[in-house]
Amino acid sequence: MEFKTFVFYVLAAIMLFGALRVISARNPVHAALFLVLTFFSAAGLWLLLQAEFLAIVLIMVYVGAVMVLFLFVVMMLDIDIARLRHRFWSYLPLGAMIGLLMVAEMALVLGGKYFGAAALPGQDMPAGYSNTKELGRLLFTEYVYPFELASVVLLVGIVAAIMLTLRQRKDSKYQKVSEQLAVKRHERVRLVKMAAEKDAPATGESAAEQGGQ
Amino acid sequence: MLATLSLSHYLILSAILFAISIVGIFLNRKNLIVLLMAIELMLLSVNMNFVAFSHYLNDLAGQLMVFFILTVAAAEAGIGLAILVVLFRSLSSIHVDDLDSLKG
Repeated sequence: MEFKTFVFYVLAAIMLFGALRVISARNPVHAALFLVLTFFSAAGLWLLLQAEFLAIVLIMVYVGAVMVLFLFVVMMLDIDIARLRHRFWSYLPLGAMIGLLMVAEMALVLGGKYFGAAALPGQDMPAGYSNTKELGRLLFTEYVYPFELASVVLLVGIVAAIMLTLRQRKDSKYQKVSEQLAVKRHERVRLVKMAAEKDAPATGESAAEQGGQ
Repeated sequence: MLATLSLSHYLILSAILFAISIVGIFLNRKNLIVLLMAIELMLLSVNMNFVAFSHYLNDLAGQLMVFFILTVAAAEAGIGLAILVVLFRSLSSIHVDDLDSLKG
């Protein structure tokens, strides 16, 4: 067996194990951590497919950002696990049947020789070929319009997420900047004429002595 | 057939991953947060199909599509978790059975 095939089977086994634990873990924190494992092995598989840029992006965006977000939310919420796990396995027969059926169907189509998937040779790129450079060239020439649209999608996502979680408390104190700026001097400062309360300060010599002591 | 790596390996692997996430949706039908994780798994399996086809057909468009799917999936995860937080604030639970206030 070729070494590449061996690596494929190891990574695939770890990935499927991680996915199974994600859906069966009792604690949602464990599920999130196993999801990290799954994504990491998937990034390894993408490296085998010579998609280096996407493998790194998967680790940075998913493991670095999205999964940390998931962990934050899971730890923030106080979840009643016992109620969520009530009759957890009762849908397993139906779910497993449908899942196995799907895999069997896909294996029938993809695994047979009529599909011709095995005949396609893997495209090995020469040394010095930069996957990132090629992707960037395509992204900023042919696909620049979808690229801009993706940035708009992200912007809408930011605005939606902030607006959803923004909460105005009734008892919170905040500034009214326009009123602060519109204020006039006579509204805040009042000059009052009054008699002096104390005697005039001491003469210069005695003040200097006190300062020296 | 099994010894040399081919396109079928990756396609069947992603089919298995997709089936696992379907089973996850069946099992965790009451737990919203694990449902979101199962959706992430599904997107991962779809992305793996794209990358495998891109490699074996020598066409970079597949990898660009994965790039855009990752963008949309990140936005989806962000908004989904925001909705989850708002839901938990008002209901103090993420149990799917509690989300029946529209039922009349």
